Amino acid sequence: MTAPPIIRAQGLTRRFKVKKGQVDAVRGLDVEVAAGEVVAFLGPNGAGKTTSMRMLSTLLPPSSGTAEVAGHDVVAAPQEVRLRIGYLGQGTSGGHNHLVRDELYTQGRFHGMSRGEAKRRAGEVAEAFDLTGLAKRRVGTLSGGQRRRVDVAMALVHRPGLLFLDEPSAGLDPQGRAALWELLRGLRADLGTTIFFCTHHLEEADRFADRVLVIDGGRVIADDTPARLKADQAGDRVLLTTRDTTTAVTAAAIARQLPGVRNATVEGKRVTVHASQGDTALPDLIRALDAAGAAPRSADLRRPSLDDVFLGLTGKSMREDAA
Amino acid sequence: MNLVRDSGTAFAREFVPEVRAPVVLLFNAMTPLLFIGLFGPLLVSSGMGTASSWQWFLPGILVLLALSGTAGSGATLVGEAKSGAFERMLVTPMNRQAILIGRTLKEVVTLVAQGVLLIALLLPTDFTVHPVGALAGLLLLAFFGLGVGVLSFTLALVSKRNENVFYGVQQTLFFPLLLLSGVLLPMDQAPGWLYTVSRFNPVSYVVEAERSLFAGRVLEWTTLWGVLVCAGLAAIGLTVGTRTIRNTTA
Repeated sequence: MTAPPIIRAQGLTRRFKVKKGQVDAVRGLDVEVAAGEVVAFLGPNGAGKTTSMRMLSTLLPPSSGTAEVAGHDVVAAPQEVRLRIGYLGQGTSGGHNHLVRDELYTQGRFHGMSRGEAKRRAGEVAEAFDLTGLAKRRVGTLSGGQRRRVDVAMALVHRPGLLFLDEPSAGLDPQGRAALWELLRGLRADLGTTIFFCTHHLEEADRFADRVLVIDGGRVIADDTPARLKADQAGDRVLLTTRDTTTAVTAAAIARQLPGVRNATVEGKRVTVHASQGDTALPDLIRALDAAGAAPRSADLRRPSLDDVFLGLTGKSMREDAA
Repeated sequence: MNLVRDSGTAFAREFVPEVRAPVVLLFNAMTPLLFIGLFGPLLVSSGMGTASSWQWFLPGILVLLALSGTAGSGATLVGEAKSGAFERMLVTPMNRQAILIGRTLKEVVTLVAQGVLLIALLLPTDFTVHPVGALAGLLLLAFFGLGVGVLSFTLALVSKRNENVFYGVQQTLFFPLLLLSGVLLPMDQAPGWLYTVSRFNPVSYVVEAERSLFAGRVLEWTTLWGVLVCAGLAAIGLTVGTRTIRNTTA
């Protein structure tokens, strides 16, 4: 597979002028995404996620650096890029006073479809997103979740090969979110659509992304599969409870000697053992402790979440952020 | 992408909701309707103007329609820039100018439709319709609306999602342009200095041209000045607007 990447950004920066000088929102973004990949773009608020996405989707010219998206330079040939991408912003795409049906149709026309084709596609996406019953409603009268469905439907009307989704599931309930991802996965399976998305729901990134990019302070600080990020950045934890505090200290010392164990910390009678693969480390650990007469009273395995990774990398919790 | 085709699409997007709820058209014409209903009778009883006060008053009201309605139309674009609807259009390959032109044309059609509505309302009075003059008057109104509309949308783009900036500028311009145009009372009865100031207001020439057209006097110098002002306004609006939207990054 030597297909060129569908997104290739090199040293992308964006500087905003503000009252007191300037802000470097993005400071040297290097990203490569292969066609067909599903990539999650994570970072705390103000990390530069939206600014980066806007540069990649031709909405904002970069201050420096280059980006090729869908085979074309975002600055030199924005029209070519726009023909090939779908974009879902954080706002509401549909006009307040416009009917859902009309907006879906108009969006197809804006993408150069004939009247008949635009009408047909509007019907198709309305069906796919369960919007048929809302077709004659004005966008302004819809609930937040319904509006979001209209937004996504509009971004897909022209069957783009590459989708930029800025918080696609914001305002959706768990059911709506599941339905959205089922659709996106279908799209990728059927058409090989590449999906590049930001989200505040880390479990969404964990479940659906092939790869996670973590951005902080305008730079990518981690780039890997969710599984490897969790193993490398956070690792598993085995929580042991021992009979007394002396045993706890002994147990920690023994644990540190075992292969695959990174560290062990003591807190009263409790020992926390950090291991990259907790499931395989656990039986060895118990046997070793038992042999030394320091058998634990209970043992619990904790797998890391992307939130642990995120906290470790940025020092900020995504969950507080999302509130 | 194709300018004409995309302008058509942008026009249709704005126009279709209007057709679906024509009542909105009437609401938008509220200011001039109030003037016709509440100020017009005063004008008639005070015996201002010539043979028919309506004959004198209506052309000014048509210009007022453009100043109060069309000039404010950019507010819809400020709203869509805030909501995300404008951004979504900017990511499509549609022609940038078409965004501006399609919306402006919808405002022009609305303006002319309101003009026709007002004329129809005045038919039962002693208002006389000179067919050629009235048609030319509506055509000139359309050109005036084109310039005012495109400038309004340009102001919306420059306002960058801030309604306060948009309305601040629009309202600041509205009253001087209105009061110095002779829409409400004849400017030639004004004190010398005020009359002189009014000569610097382009809207004065449009009002005078409309008056002469609706009086059935088509081939006059007054008409020419009005046409020149409207053409100039449209040319400036389209040039500045095009440059602005090409540099707009949402």
